Amino acid sequence: MSLPHLTDPAGRYRAMRLIRSFEELALEWVRSGLVVGGTHPYIGQEAVAVGVCAALDPADQLTSTHRGHGHVLAKGADPGRLLAELLGRVGGLNGGRGGSMHAADFSLGILGANGIVGAGAPIAVGSAWAAQQRGEPTVVASFFGDGALNQGVLLEALNLASIWRAPVVFVCENNGYATTLPAAAAVGGSACGRAAAFGIPAETVDGMDVEAVRAAAERAVQRARAGGGPSFLECLTYRFEAHHTMERRFRLSYRTAAEVASWRERDPLATGLPEAARIDREVAELLSAAAEFALASAEPDPATATDHLYASGLRPRSGAAL
Amino acid sequence: MTLLSYAKAMNRALSDALEADPAVCVFGEDVGAGLAGLTPGLQRRFGAGRVVDVPLSEQAFTSAGIGAALNGMRPVIELQIPSLLFLVFEQLANQAHKFPLMTGGQARVPLTVVVPGSGSRSGWAGQHSDHPYGLFAHVGIKTLAPATPTDAYGLLSSAIADDDPVVLFAPAGALAVREDVTAPLAPVPIGAARIHRAGTDVTVVAVGHLVHQAVAVAEELADEVSVEVLDPRTLYPLDRSALVESLRRTGRLVVVDDSNRFAGFAAEVLAVAAEECRLLAPPLRVTRPDGAVLPFAPALDRALQPGAEQLRDAVRAVLK
Ligand SMILES: Cc1ncc(C[n+]2csc(CCOP(=O)(O)OP(=O)(O)O)c2C)c(N)n1
Repeated sequence: MSLPHLTDPAGRYRAMRLIRSFEELALEWVRSGLVVGGTHPYIGQEAVAVGVCAALDPADQLTSTHRGHGHVLAKGADPGRLLAELLGRVGGLNGGRGGSMHAADFSLGILGANGIVGAGAPIAVGSAWAAQQRGEPTVVASFFGDGALNQGVLLEALNLASIWRAPVVFVCENNGYATTLPAAAAVGGSACGRAAAFGIPAETVDGMDVEAVRAAAERAVQRARAGGGPSFLECLTYRFEAHHTMERRFRLSYRTAAEVASWRERDPLATGLPEAARIDREVAELLSAAAEFALASAEPDPATATDHLYASGLRPRSGAAL
Repeated sequence: MTLLSYAKAMNRALSDALEADPAVCVFGEDVGAGLAGLTPGLQRRFGAGRVVDVPLSEQAFTSAGIGAALNGMRPVIELQIPSLLFLVFEQLANQAHKFPLMTGGQARVPLTVVVPGSGSRSGWAGQHSDHPYGLFAHVGIKTLAPATPTDAYGLLSSAIADDDPVVLFAPAGALAVREDVTAPLAPVPIGAARIHRAGTDVTVVAVGHLVHQAVAVAEELADEVSVEVLDPRTLYPLDRSALVESLRRTGRLVVVDDSNRFAGFAAEVLAVAAEECRLLAPPLRVTRPDGAVLPFAPALDRALQPGAEQLRDAVRAVLK
């Protein structure tokens, strides 16, 4: 039983369109000042999140990154609640406590976007280990960028997953850059070579092709579920927009217009699906309802600012003098 | 008479927790062999799947503990050396502690980190002698420093049962302590101080192994001054009401704390006293120096640790 909204090409196209339109709306809201703090747009990389999630079951889990909206939506999070989270409203996925970089929905196995590069991978390994111990068939997909390949903790996590044969699919979204640093200048050896060094089967796929990603992810998920341990997918992709919405202000130039244009020609949404226009209209309606929900959601009460800090209900001392 | 050692008490707490709840598991280096003294016999009894020997990768196995905790387990992480806490500060301060709030209460991280042999173990020098509890208390992670075997049992049991991340420091200087235990071992609530010796002139707040030193100094000075020895046991959350009540009785305060002076735990105790009490004399601290790094040579190591002589001087000074 895979994720019901991603079982056929139309469903996968719809999910990619939802992510694309969601991100376009988020960009608008950042520019208008509605969303504070900005976001890391996922535009261009939709085929990776959707292709990988298409191979997952509802009970499977994922850990995400600072660029997490695509993963969170692909796994099935409610777009209205994700938008409300970006606005910091009580109706948000995290009650307005997390914002873009921490969006989570544990009821859907979404263990959270994460603001620290590479931090999700060992968390994924631990969660997968726990499921394995209990004999549950859960697989955990862990997304990270090419930048994370140079974080020591990621390499430690690969080793741990390998020796434990943990049911984890490591998904490296190689979009060519870690902020402004080209992967070619930062990654010694290769992404797959690192996985191979730990005895983890690895393959590189075209991350602009949702069906190619799905096929590879299905092989990896099946291996994990059959007790074959972790796999590693390097998805070659590209982000069409800035690293972060703040980037505009700095007028950075680290990619040529020609390079961006050549990748845009390979837009993952250009699937040529006959029902695309109808799906686009449906997604637009869905999103406008989502936006309405988010905008109507209440601002949190400042008196609740430290709520949820402790599971035990411990109330921290106020920082005020009196 | 059964003399219970500190390490044996922790071993029993772990064993009882593993026995009572299949969600409890232990991750650590050489825990199967029981190298650090806490886990002997546990792997044989509960299996290598629950008492897990992990590769030397503190960041990964600490975070794997977080992931397991997010997925229904109650992992206990054993770190061989207190300084390894610096390696996993990201995992504890940035991930484990922040998950519950950032997710709006969706996530619980019932993770316990145990550091047996925290502080100076003579001859271990700069990178093995830290006692960084203040960092965790500052961040807001529940931070425990039991002084006695019964408290070690009780606090470790409560830490494992707690739904939040907890770091428990077992001071090297307390590991040799043995206690005649007659009453059954029981959990000790997190956030409750313990008065080891009642007194009326000065409150000495002592942390971890220094509780024993403080009691000894108090006995020694008994003809001269009536010293109350208060062990916070939990550094965060601090039992402020026990502290304030004690200070209302005595009006004088000395804190003895085996961590660095600047922005250290003792400073917080002084701040609480200054904010909430009317002291009869300015309070004093006996601690390691600002920014201390323990030198190797035993005489130098000892020179930087809070000593009985300094405590005696401080108690006399606040009486003047
Ligand atoms: C450990 C860490 N170092 C630095 C940062 C700041 N930072 C945020 S995103 C980013 C680039 C990450 O690049 P990559 O992993 O390739 O992901 P991408 O942004 O391309 O999706 C950096 C340096 C961080 N969040 N975490």
